[in-house]
Amino acid sequence: MSDVLLTIENVTGGYGEADILFDLNMKVHDGEVVVIVGPNGAGKSTAMKSVFGLLKIRGGTITYDGHDITHDTSDAIVRRGICYVPQTNNVFPTLTVHENLEMGAFVRKDDISDSLDRIYEFFPPLKEKRKLPAGTLSGGQRQMVAMGKALMLDPKLLLLDEPTAGLSPKYMDQIFSIVKQINELGIGILMVEQNAKQALGLADRGYVLASGKNRYEDTGANLLANREVAEMFLGG
Amino acid sequence: MEILQLVLYGTILGSILALGAVGVSLTFGILRFANFSHGDLMTIGAYVVFVVFTVMKLPLWLAIIVSLAVTAALTAIIDKLIYRNFRNSDPVILLISSFGMALILRSLIQLIWGPSTQVYEKGIQLAIKFGGGLRIKPDQIIILVGTVLLIIALHLFLRKTKMGKAMRAVADNAELARLTGINTEKVILCTWLMGGALAAAAGIFLGLDTRVFPEMGWNILLPVFAAAILGGIGNPYGAIAGGLVIGISQELSTQFIDPSYKPAVAFAIMVVILIVRPTGIFAGRSS
Amino acid sequence: MEGLINFGILFLTMAGIYGILSLGLNVQWGFTGMLNVGIAAFFAVGAYSSAIVTSVGDLPHWGGIGAPMIIGFAAAMIVSGIMAFFVGLITLNLRSDYLAIASIGIAEIIRLVLKNEEWMTGGVNGFTGISGKFNNIFDGGHALLYMIMVMVVLGIAYFLCERAYKSPWGRVQRAIRENEIAARAMGKNSLSFRLQSFVLGSAIMGLGGAVYTHFTGFISPEAFDPLLATFLIWVMLIAGGSGNNKGAILGAFIIWGVWSGTEFITSSILPADMATQGAYLRVLFIGILLQAILLTRPQGLLPENAPQPDKD
Ligand SMILES: Nc1ncnc2c1ncn2[C@@H]1O[C@H](COP(=O)(O)OP(=O)(O)OP(=O)(O)O)[C@@H](O)[C@H]1O
Ligand SMILES: [Mg+2]
Repeated sequence: MSDVLLTIENVTGGYGEADILFDLNMKVHDGEVVVIVGPNGAGKSTAMKSVFGLLKIRGGTITYDGHDITHDTSDAIVRRGICYVPQTNNVFPTLTVHENLEMGAFVRKDDISDSLDRIYEFFPPLKEKRKLPAGTLSGGQRQMVAMGKALMLDPKLLLLDEPTAGLSPKYMDQIFSIVKQINELGIGILMVEQNAKQALGLADRGYVLASGKNRYEDTGANLLANREVAEMFLGG
Repeated sequence: MEILQLVLYGTILGSILALGAVGVSLTFGILRFANFSHGDLMTIGAYVVFVVFTVMKLPLWLAIIVSLAVTAALTAIIDKLIYRNFRNSDPVILLISSFGMALILRSLIQLIWGPSTQVYEKGIQLAIKFGGGLRIKPDQIIILVGTVLLIIALHLFLRKTKMGKAMRAVADNAELARLTGINTEKVILCTWLMGGALAAAAGIFLGLDTRVFPEMGWNILLPVFAAAILGGIGNPYGAIAGGLVIGISQELSTQFIDPSYKPAVAFAIMVVILIVRPTGIFAGRSS
Repeated sequence: MEGLINFGILFLTMAGIYGILSLGLNVQWGFTGMLNVGIAAFFAVGAYSSAIVTSVGDLPHWGGIGAPMIIGFAAAMIVSGIMAFFVGLITLNLRSDYLAIASIGIAEIIRLVLKNEEWMTGGVNGFTGISGKFNNIFDGGHALLYMIMVMVVLGIAYFLCERAYKSPWGRVQRAIRENEIAARAMGKNSLSFRLQSFVLGSAIMGLGGAVYTHFTGFISPEAFDPLLATFLIWVMLIAGGSGNNKGAILGAFIIWGVWSGTEFITSSILPADMATQGAYLRVLFIGILLQAILLTRPQGLLPENAPQPDKD
């Protein structure tokens, strides 16, 4: 693998007094797809938020592209080229699809029309609905808006929190293939997924979290083949 | 015919309330608190016109522009000095602070301009009569036209400019806005500037329609809040409709009840809304 | 010397009355986190209720029933409590901003009624015929007696508030305050708890109004303007320490001291024809004082110290 893009090193922290993450370690290399799986409440979303400066981090460091970003603010992190699609409420519901995409490019000062065209090419259903408020779209399409919004900055690393949660199987497959396509553009991806089978099938590497701690770490294929992991998280 | 005349007066009062309520709604949408000093900002706006137009005898349009700018700047300064320190506190602390700010502003107004009532121009304006015996005063035409212009300008700002869209984004979901890289401090500054300018406009128009005195803004705060709640607090478009409904209801009510109870009409409408549909009748946001 | 004693008695009586009001607000805001910005409404309703049932004589407005003062106190608490019940029923399930707005609305309406309904309240001319044992307090020893009675009422109110705060009931109120959203999701049960606290707090404010009425022997709408009857009490509670009953009382005494002290200062510094300016300066000062407290010591002089759940 090539250069390390993101390193989470011995991170301990939480939202308030109590720690949620304990000595967490993760890495994402340039252009890699890394998947985090684990039971509900394991701290998967929290791990993502730790990267984005939304946590009180009491120990450890987070580095991106050689810079320590442990205590950076969210907008500084966005400017560095990391985009984050949260698990829920990830679009602006009263803004139109088009405006959502524009907001994704808020930190850019240059002309964004090329990027907009590219996103519409990438997500054809959005082009039709560009003038509708994002809140009126179906779950799958909203997820596309959220991802499209994140791609407006041409990030080098994309954090996706359960992009297929609550979607019908048809949309699920679509989202997974989009993730693959995004990755083929050379964008590194760190993704939390409940559909562990499909996600690990796509992943270069995967992490299994439980109770805020690392449990397993291996290539996607090996994790899929691991019997313990399979029993714990893949429904036997 | 009397009824139509009252509807016209109600529309004029409604325009004033709408401008006030839009300002309240904008600040509520972004900062999540009901700004109790909004009424006294209106009063400041009214007095600045009194100084520039009545005392310095400069043209009214210039006085209005100066007043919007001064009040907007004052609002931004208040934020820098006071409100900004409460960004990470519970928004109700902001509400309490704004209540104190209301009194600070009012006592400053009273210290500078005294307690007495002023008018922009002495003498009685002749009403213009038109179709069916309806009457309207030139000042009231200024109010109606001014309100329409300001609301169009606000609409274009919110729909067409990057900052306007960012304001709507922050109102939708402040955390997501931050994660998206939107500079929320800049959005907040912009919100205060617009809120202050709109408050000034409402105050000026109220002064044009009636008189200028230190409690004018505080006295109208209740109908302004009622209009904002009616429109779904946080939703500036609803606030416009809410202002018109409250204004017209208040004027029509004078047919049946003592005019001094006009604010009670606003209150009654607000109570009904709070009972049946607290998110407002004009597709407001849920809280 | 006599003047000083009279001043002291007057001061303690007024501070004691404000202490009662501040305790009422502490129940609502300090215990439960409910934002009542219309204290004046409950204060005034209590004052007028007591005036109506206790006043004597042939009056140009309601009243003349001539009941004893204690009945007046009870009436004040009941009427303010009932009014609070309805206000609370409408707003307590909503965001706290709505309660704030609705309460300011109530205060406004009450002010209008007091001013306009002469047949009931005497209108702007005020309510006359307020009687009671302690009337004409400036005629002699009665003033001292009344002050003692105010202190006793304040003491009882403090004792009850303290009991309430430390009880399981108080613990529920704090839980509601700490997490408004979760508490709202609890639904009916939480509404009922909030209503209880709101009604209790408002009844105490009503009591404060009644005590005030029999002290001054005359009331008019002016006495209940938002500055004196709402804002000052907020500053008192926040300065003293929200959530702390002792703090509520301490704040009342200190801020009333500041308020009357500044009157003393402005009236001795400014020439007589600038008396009104002096009043504005004092308001300005109190407004700035509130901001300073919120910025530098939001927990107040005596911060809340909640009893540990496992201790009692
Ligand atoms: N904003 C928050 N404040 C406080 N605690 C939180 C917050 N969000 C999550 N938690 C707690 O942190 C722990 C981990 O939650 P997290 O959302 O990271 O889990 P997750 O692995 O993403 O679960 P899921 O699969 O349900 O999304 C949980 O115990 C949760 O209650
Ligand atoms: Mg999660």
